Amino acid sequence: MQTIDMQEVSLRDVNATLHEQAETTNQTTWTLENPKGAHAIACGLDAPIEVTVKGSTGYYCAGMNQQATVNIKGSAGPGVAENMMSGTVIIDGDASQYAGATGHGGLLVIKGNASSRCGISMKGIDIVVHGNIGHMSAFMAQSGNLVVCGDAGEALGDSLYEARLFVRGSVKSLGADCIEKEMRPEHLEILTDLLERAGSDAKPSEFKRYGSARKLYNFNIDNAY
Amino acid sequence: MCGIVGLFLKDKALEPELGRLLTGMLITMTDRGPDSAGIAIYGSETDGKTKVVVQSDTPSTAFSGLEDTLQTAMGQPIGIDVKDTHAVLTIPTGTTEQLRAILAELETPIRFMSRGETLEIYKEVGLPKNVAAQFEIAQMSGTHGIGHTRMATESAVTTMGAHPFNTGDDQCLVHNGSLSNHNRLRSKLRREGIHIETENDTEVGAAYLTWQMQRGATLGQALERSLEDLDGFFTFVVGTKDGFGVVRDPIACKPAVMAETDQYVAFGSEYRALVDLPGIETARVWEPEPATVYFWNHDGTPSNTTKAA
Repeated sequence: MQTIDMQEVSLRDVNATLHEQAETTNQTTWTLENPKGAHAIACGLDAPIEVTVKGSTGYYCAGMNQQATVNIKGSAGPGVAENMMSGTVIIDGDASQYAGATGHGGLLVIKGNASSRCGISMKGIDIVVHGNIGHMSAFMAQSGNLVVCGDAGEALGDSLYEARLFVRGSVKSLGADCIEKEMRPEHLEILTDLLERAGSDAKPSEFKRYGSARKLYNFNIDNAY
Repeated sequence: MCGIVGLFLKDKALEPELGRLLTGMLITMTDRGPDSAGIAIYGSETDGKTKVVVQSDTPSTAFSGLEDTLQTAMGQPIGIDVKDTHAVLTIPTGTTEQLRAILAELETPIRFMSRGETLEIYKEVGLPKNVAAQFEIAQMSGTHGIGHTRMATESAVTTMGAHPFNTGDDQCLVHNGSLSNHNRLRSKLRREGIHIETENDTEVGAAYLTWQMQRGATLGQALERSLEDLDGFFTFVVGTKDGFGVVRDPIACKPAVMAETDQYVAFGSEYRALVDLPGIETARVWEPEPATVYFWNHDGTPSNTTKAA
């Protein structure tokens, strides 16, 4: 296992070292000590390595991640795993606003709560939040799954497209064009798999599914060019 | 952008450390606001006296002989303690307006920074580390304090545009964000007799709170009403003689992190501002909710009230 103390090595050098790890690297396990809320830690990784950040992080940790697994042993600042393409990001604490925003793939697990705009404009990423999420989450979400084991804040799923939203607790309010939908066996299958992979023991049967009513302007073919 | 830090001490043993801790927090927030910085410290009380902090761009001429001039004009002894471009004047409580009128008549312009029994505000244009060094903030002790690093968007980069803003005795406000209805509100508050010095949006926010409290609102009520009457983006941190409050607008784009231990309650625009505080590893760390007023004071328990957005 490789250990880097971020008190001793600059952020740019830490990220450059992680970027150098190729597909075939045999240095697959990395620990970053003393992150102290720094920005852009372990951003832009593209190798099947596992990075454990021992503490809380600032803006954009694990952004644009591909292949790598990033564990955050603390809470994450705004924009964690933003635009993730693949791989896994697991946060032991809470996540600040727009966690997993615009993500195309991979799995983001938040064991605490996520704040506002979680999964905004998500494009294929799977997000599992063990706690609650804040307002305007999954705004304009295009595809992927957002699973919330706790409660959701105001305007959930406003103007969303084809993303699936699963919430176990209460929803303060639904955003424009977001409605509750029937939970069919194929949805329960997706949900069961995601909860298992995210280490949650919540029962899939306790969740409700929300999605797009497809009534907004852009869903009407007569408005197409 | 702007950076905010705040520290409210519960443990008296930390009071001599207040300036040092806040200075460290402020410098960490330099890249959120490198153009000017300011700090409000709630320090020692002077019995029956009010502390007025004034500023001059030409302190050597403005402050020389000022003590005699003021004593003659006010007819009573005053204290003066010059700190670089600022000076702390100690005057009998209740004579602040008289002092303001006298200062306005002086040949060399002298500006009002703050007034109050315990509050002192120091602010200047420049990097936070330079501003903190200029006024030896790290050596100051106190019960609580607020700091701000500014990246200006709404008005000029000047000493008077820097935060914190003080408009009432022992009251101050710092702001991250931008208010969009400050022009109309400024005219309204001026008609109501509230003194507003600059074209800055945040000063209007501070004046609004002062106006509400003059009309009988508590700070908590004033902050709740600000959620209805102020339009724009804001994370506010406010200080009063015995307390410290936080409120974010309902959209809550502007970041905020809080930490609490048995020794203190701390605020930072980012977690990294808090990392050098004692016991932060085991502190309760959370993000304040949107449209929710949080308040701590020395004689009460923490409170928060939620207002529907």
